[in-house]
Amino acid sequence: MNSLLAKMRAKGIKSLAPSKTKIMVGMATCGIASGAELVYNALADEIKKQKLDIILSKTGCIGMCYREPLVDVIEPTHPRLTYSKVSPKDVTAILNQIGEGKKKDKKPYCRIDEENLIINEEKMSYLTSTLPDDMKVIPLMSEIDFYKKQVKIATRNCGFIDPGNIDEYIARGGYFSLQKILFGIEPEKVIDEVEGSGLRGRGGGGFPTGFKWRSCRNAPGEVKYVICNGDEGDPGAYMDRSIMEGDPHSVIEGMIIGAYAIGAQEGYIYVRDEYPLAVRALTEAVSQAREGGFLGKDIFNSGFSFDIKISKGSGAFVCGESTALMASLEGKAGEPRAKYVHTVEHGLWDQPSNLNNVETWANVPVIMSRGKDWFSQIGSKKSTGTKVFSLVGNVKNVGLIEIPMGTTLKEIVYDIGGGIPKGKKLKAVQTGGPSGGCIPEGLIDLPVGFDELTKAGSMMGSGGMIIMDENICMVDVARYFEEFLQGESCGKCVPCREGVRRMREILEDICNGKGRDGDIELLEDMSQAIIDGSLCALGSSAPNPVLSTIRYFRDEYNAHILEKRCPAGVCQELAHAE
Amino acid sequence: MSKTENMRKSIKAIVEKYHGEESSLIAILQDIQQEYNFLPKEALNLLSEETKMPLSRIYEVSTYYNSFSLTPRGRHVVQVCAGTACHIKGSPKLLSRVENELDIKCGETSEDLMFTLKDVRCLGCCSLAPVIKVDDHIYAYMTEDKIPEILESYRK
Repeated sequence: MNSLLAKMRAKGIKSLAPSKTKIMVGMATCGIASGAELVYNALADEIKKQKLDIILSKTGCIGMCYREPLVDVIEPTHPRLTYSKVSPKDVTAILNQIGEGKKKDKKPYCRIDEENLIINEEKMSYLTSTLPDDMKVIPLMSEIDFYKKQVKIATRNCGFIDPGNIDEYIARGGYFSLQKILFGIEPEKVIDEVEGSGLRGRGGGGFPTGFKWRSCRNAPGEVKYVICNGDEGDPGAYMDRSIMEGDPHSVIEGMIIGAYAIGAQEGYIYVRDEYPLAVRALTEAVSQAREGGFLGKDIFNSGFSFDIKISKGSGAFVCGESTALMASLEGKAGEPRAKYVHTVEHGLWDQPSNLNNVETWANVPVIMSRGKDWFSQIGSKKSTGTKVFSLVGNVKNVGLIEIPMGTTLKEIVYDIGGGIPKGKKLKAVQTGGPSGGCIPEGLIDLPVGFDELTKAGSMMGSGGMIIMDENICMVDVARYFEEFLQGESCGKCVPCREGVRRMREILEDICNGKGRDGDIELLEDMSQAIIDGSLCALGSSAPNPVLSTIRYFRDEYNAHILEKRCPAGVCQELAHAE
Repeated sequence: MSKTENMRKSIKAIVEKYHGEESSLIAILQDIQQEYNFLPKEALNLLSEETKMPLSRIYEVSTYYNSFSLTPRGRHVVQVCAGTACHIKGSPKLLSRVENELDIKCGETSEDLMFTLKDVRCLGCCSLAPVIKVDDHIYAYMTEDKIPEILESYRK
């Protein structure tokens, strides 16, 4: 394995920092939707037409969605330059200013001179001569407000490598953690490391990952499974898509390490049907990993065998719930079941199964490389490490951010996000998707962490963070989520199936000016019944959007019900404050 | 070859691709829908015959998941994203505009079988909200007035 990794690494380094100019275009789903494919094609045409000796390549999403499409130019010895909001008509100008001493009339958005690889403390240098004068005015990426407070662990390679090139993943430290554990660390010790790191599940619940692994390892049974939950269903969250599309090997390597620790032979990655590009990237990556010998029988003669299958979802939100996901993997309707029988003992096909989400798996190789002590000093005491959030909605800098746990909402919205556009006021921050809630502006100093968000009546969820300004109606937001949940309830538990529907109807009435005195209390009563009477987290957390908006925005409910007035001016049937 | 024989042949090929495994039912149905653009009744009957899976089980799965359609879908599928970010940036208005333009309600297919209209949560392009997707193409930063032109480009 040693010599193979060294060989692939050398190839990868050549490909990442070649001896001739290289151009990369950010081609994740969001990049393509904002026009990156047209830019890529224009670059390819022009390079061919001018017979330029330039390598053109694709990469994932670096997170700066507010500046897409993005084009990175890497000239030998020069810093890496990022051009933003590029359109096909900018292509000629960008190509014309490549080369020694050429003036940069088309201004790059930022530059990278040197990067610290988080996984192994090595440096990746782009600038190997002195910085040309005209480049001094271009800001460093690490000094841009959007990036200053970010620490990239799970998204370490997104926007830096070609996801279809395993060598580039290895060149940035990939698969070395696997080598380290396969030939030197006992499975139990791997679990100790993960447990000691404090890593908690990034999919929503925040369950301690190491504890889950150990329970699965200790569960009786010969056949065991590890599963990656890529059914990122929370509306407003897309970090898992970005990782699957931009760095699929980080998930695969994490799963192999997990399987080794737990004693599993087979793995599944369950991906949403709505993410075709992620399915493609993972499929390609799995077959490359198999070709390289990282997956398959007796991996590098270690005696450990493991392989991964990719399974496509079919448009059911509840399949993000672990028992429903496993039912779906078995080819059945994805209905959750009671959890007093733990999936780590009786999961997929009734065998011990360990399920973690995409971001959790992507953290694993870094933890194994840097160690538990390094990881646990990042973030806060009970929520260690970083969390990726999709910062979207009414905020200036929308995009994917990865920040240490414990960063406050204020820092996220104002320092990273640049504040609210058009001089408007912040009203609420919505986290946790339909299972979460709306945190009011008054709690802006809240540090993000699993327990902090739950205490505030919301939850971490998979990391969607939707910023809402003064023009958003909180009753409408509650109605929106209950409508969503009504459609996605699988129908197994009556309180969820009927209760959520009734709550949606009451909220709809309130929004339409037919609210009655006592509706708020009725909603609160029903919420409790739904919480008590539902099997899975979809049902038991379905009232959260209602309860959190009542808790913090009761006045707004009252204005709708008693005064037939929508203060935000959203509900069409009601009077608006001018 | 008759239509049914043709269909049997392609169903057989799809079933064989998955070694007739019951656990692959969802993947098999996805492939059938890929081929016929929806799940025709005859195809499901044939699938039951080929795999010996009870028809009730096949229907249970086909009606459970949102992405399966038991009625013919339009040549183009228009999906209006109703994710949270899209919602607060005006996707309800986009949806009603598309409904008006196509003269169908969400979930329906136009009479000429040209368009099927759906809402979807979410496409994961929240940074570009609001978005709509027609077939494989995602349109970013949508406004109501862009809709007629986009739909028209698919009528050709």
